[in-house]
Amino acid sequence: MAKGMRDIKREIKSKQNTKQITKAMEMVAASRLRRAQEAAQASRPYSEKLKEVVASIAAGTKDVKHPMLETRPIKKTGYLVITSDRGLAGGYNANVLRKVTDAIRSKHKSNDDFVLFVIGKKGRDYFRRRNMPIVEEVTGLPDAPTFADIKIVASTAVQKFADGTFDELYVYYNKFVNAITQIPTEMRLLPLESVDGSAASTAAYEYEPSPEGVLEALLPKYAETLIYSALLDGKASEFGARMTAMGSATKNATKMISNLTLTYNRARQAAITQEISEIVAGANAQS
Amino acid sequence: MSTFLVEVVTPERKVYAENANMISVKGVEGELGILPNHIPLVTQLRIAPVVIKRDGKVDVIAVNGGFIEVRKDKIVILAESAELATDIDLDRAKAAKARAEQLLSAKRDEIDFRRAELALQRAMNRIGTAQK
Repeated sequence: MAKGMRDIKREIKSKQNTKQITKAMEMVAASRLRRAQEAAQASRPYSEKLKEVVASIAAGTKDVKHPMLETRPIKKTGYLVITSDRGLAGGYNANVLRKVTDAIRSKHKSNDDFVLFVIGKKGRDYFRRRNMPIVEEVTGLPDAPTFADIKIVASTAVQKFADGTFDELYVYYNKFVNAITQIPTEMRLLPLESVDGSAASTAAYEYEPSPEGVLEALLPKYAETLIYSALLDGKASEFGARMTAMGSATKNATKMISNLTLTYNRARQAAITQEISEIVAGANAQS
Repeated sequence: MSTFLVEVVTPERKVYAENANMISVKGVEGELGILPNHIPLVTQLRIAPVVIKRDGKVDVIAVNGGFIEVRKDKIVILAESAELATDIDLDRAKAAKARAEQLLSAKRDEIDFRRAELALQRAMNRIGTAQK
């Protein structure tokens, strides 16, 4: 066997190993994607119900005053960025991080003008490397995060807005469209846009202790819920992105293997032909 | 006997949805017993068991705070977490209670104290519900 052939063979072997891994990752991501989608679905009744109640309070009681509904002059901005812990998910993290960085660059001159809340190791490392101010971080979330997992970061973000540490809060995450499309999205969470009260039920509610009292307890919860559903959407996007990325990696590996196999077969044939012609030449020389 | 639909919803899932005859909850302003055709009402809940009566059966759910929305024919309870009595892990709740009590007796700063107090309430709520 010629030396070139052995190299090609080794290369085929290594591509095959890689393909096996990417194939497995694709299938794992596919099954997790289904579960993540179900979780996102299951969280919907809660947030919709909360929105309905908030909207009906807002509609039922004229000019409710609440700090979370008020627009203040913006001195400092909070950003909550949802990324993943692991890579190998195509442009999943890069897209959303680029969007945040662009927004920060265009709006702020110094690092004192904004603060960051980060979910996910990738985002945390990215901002740390750039010495940007991270207030709160959550890493190592399970694939099916519970509300309790992000309760701290969500309530800190809402709390810090309420006490005036910053005057607006944006959430950045990948919006899940389908398994191959995820759109990096910017959502202004606080101050809450006046909740659309037109669809609210006309039933006049009694409030205990008072509409303001209920609203005061309800609005932070509403904001936290929005963060949670963004996280669930982000999780579904992560698996979608990983599935697609690993799918195309597997396809590329298959293509490379078939190309290498062709080259290998050619080299083998060439070696055989050469050997035959050497034998024939030797026999001719003897006679 | 008239009934209404009772739903208990958490951010993660819908815990409970049944037709019931009566429900009794503990609101911030006091205990409420609600029958069908109640006036529409929204109020905050305390960390306490919710008792639901239907067809002679009684369901108890440990609800950790949250809200109740009452309509004529439907009741929705929104809470950050809620468990049916049968789903409660009693040992875990007892361990949580012991931990919270220990934290309370250590008594550090105010935030920790408040947090431990809430944890203790939740644990006792779970234990109380499970043993009902």
